[in-house]
Amino acid sequence: MAAVTGSFTANGVAHAPSRTVRVTVLSLIGLIFALPIAAMIEFTLRAGLVGGYNVDRWVALFQSGFTGVYRPVLVALGNSVALAIGTVIIVMLLLVPTMLLVHIRFPYLRRVLEFICILPITIPAIVLVVGLAPIYTVVARMLGSGVWTLAFAYGITVLPFAYRAIQSNLDGVDVRTLTEAARTLGAGWGSVLVRVLVPNLRRGILAGAFIAVAVVLGEFTIASLLNRVNLQTALVVVSKVDPYTAVILSLLALAFASMLLLIIGRLGAPRNQTLRRRTTVKGPA
Amino acid sequence: MMSQSPVLQTRSGTVVEFTGVVKEFSGLRALDGFSLTLHAGECVALLGPSGSGKTTALRVLAGLESTDAGSITIDGIDVSALSTSKRDMGMVFQSYSLFPHLSVGENVEFGLRMRKIKPAERRSRASAALALVGLGHHFDRFAHQLSGGQQQRVALARALVTEPRVLLLDEPLSALDAKVRVQLRDEIRRIQTELGITTLFVTHDQDEALAIADRVAVMRSGNIEQVGTPEELYSRPATPFIADFVGLSNGIVGIVRDGHAEVHGTRLPLIDPAVAEGPVRVSVRPEDIEFAPEGLATTVVSSSFLGSLRRTTVRLPDGSIVFLQHGVRMHPKTGESVFLKFTGVPVSTEPLEAARVALHQS
Repeated sequence: MAAVTGSFTANGVAHAPSRTVRVTVLSLIGLIFALPIAAMIEFTLRAGLVGGYNVDRWVALFQSGFTGVYRPVLVALGNSVALAIGTVIIVMLLLVPTMLLVHIRFPYLRRVLEFICILPITIPAIVLVVGLAPIYTVVARMLGSGVWTLAFAYGITVLPFAYRAIQSNLDGVDVRTLTEAARTLGAGWGSVLVRVLVPNLRRGILAGAFIAVAVVLGEFTIASLLNRVNLQTALVVVSKVDPYTAVILSLLALAFASMLLLIIGRLGAPRNQTLRRRTTVKGPA
Repeated sequence: MMSQSPVLQTRSGTVVEFTGVVKEFSGLRALDGFSLTLHAGECVALLGPSGSGKTTALRVLAGLESTDAGSITIDGIDVSALSTSKRDMGMVFQSYSLFPHLSVGENVEFGLRMRKIKPAERRSRASAALALVGLGHHFDRFAHQLSGGQQQRVALARALVTEPRVLLLDEPLSALDAKVRVQLRDEIRRIQTELGITTLFVTHDQDEALAIADRVAVMRSGNIEQVGTPEELYSRPATPFIADFVGLSNGIVGIVRDGHAEVHGTRLPLIDPAVAEGPVRVSVRPEDIEFAPEGLATTVVSSSFLGSLRRTTVRLPDGSIVFLQHGVRMHPKTGESVFLKFTGVPVSTEPLEAARVALHQS
């Protein structure tokens, strides 16, 4: 930390830390994140109680082609991805327009919206499920008991994170003037949203989507208590039978999630990147 | 509708009429029976202090605010129920309003895209509009690569490229520094005259209003206090409020008697000969007072050099302060005794009681 503060003052420019500082900070953070992953890899390579390492378990898993006992994990992964997509759609179609509407037309409701959106973070998942259970009996009657219906619950749990991400972007853009400019140029509300607001709120919306995907892929409590199968519940089932393979699957799931986030980042990358922007965009940790 | 020539055209002959427009914001009347007619191809400036309702009037015409009463017509057709996007206006905002995710060219093309005009024509018309504001070679730049003045030029091109019926300018120069402001002001005037587009220009800066407009409407608490050509407003202000707001003026206590205003022993003609007799506050322009070999004896308080002229503040025998403008060759010293006389230009007056009330309000 001493190096950080030292080079800040030496540099004089608070916004642009020197290369050494950047590398130091990034490697420190990278190390913290890499440690548990390295430990997991080490665990999967253990030969047995006698010691020594081999790749037998990895080979066995890939040779089996994820059949048999591991099959449910693949299905569960599919469920989780579907849920992540569903949750992102809910956030995009419900939260973003609501926030824009409140920002432009009903600014006095901003506090209320903020309170409602932050609320889920203060309520433990277990408590949430107690309330959700009777609602889901109704949902099941109306829409069936498919796994995808969990997206409604996840849409609520990701609210605080998605709200913050989008709001900080919203505060940095003069939404009101841009909207009025577009409307005087002949744009209807649809065009204003699609052609002006969404492109300028891309960063916030993308960050919101990132977080939604990350939260959903890691969710266990609600799915478990509502008796739905997702990636995490399936991994727990496997780990009871074969802890080593469960860790391998966890690593694969981690790699998959990282790839997913990278792809989303690519798809949503701004079309007209400037050099300045490119250097400040960082991949998900 | 579509012009083949790349040169911008406007449908000249658009007449805008506000009639008794009322707009309230939570009980406060921003517009209180506002009436104004913009003739075809005319540039009218709405001038007034903040809170006088000038921006509200413009926003109501743009459809960005609804009206509570009254009507707004464009070429005789009531547009009150028409949404902003269908009113066919070009607007330039006070704050920078270029779309940050689009290039300069795409910004200018935006309105044409909304009107479903083909890409080739869009591009040629956008180029012509950018050339008109002197930024023809900035097509592929982005807003953050431009200076404030350039951004407002692009905003002007963007507002004009759709060949709107009316151009609305909402203090477009107030974010710019002094030199650029004057430059762009003159350029807006040139373009407006060239295109002959009916224009409503909102400003709190009297120099801007006088320089740019065919007629200036001075606003006060949601209504027009006086409307006229810049020359009329300056030389025949209806009230001391106008005299104060348009140009500089001295408020000197005097008395109205026999159709004249008497100020310190001098009889001055009245702009409005019908004003009631009695004690008044008389507005006298600083250039309508001059040094003389004899006359009103005063003492110089201070004198400052303003480039092309000099402004000198003096104290009258009764202790009140007035200032006058004169050539730079005269250089009065502080404490020096000088004689003044009034040039005898007609003046506006305000009963002394009303003057006190107005003074307390502002």
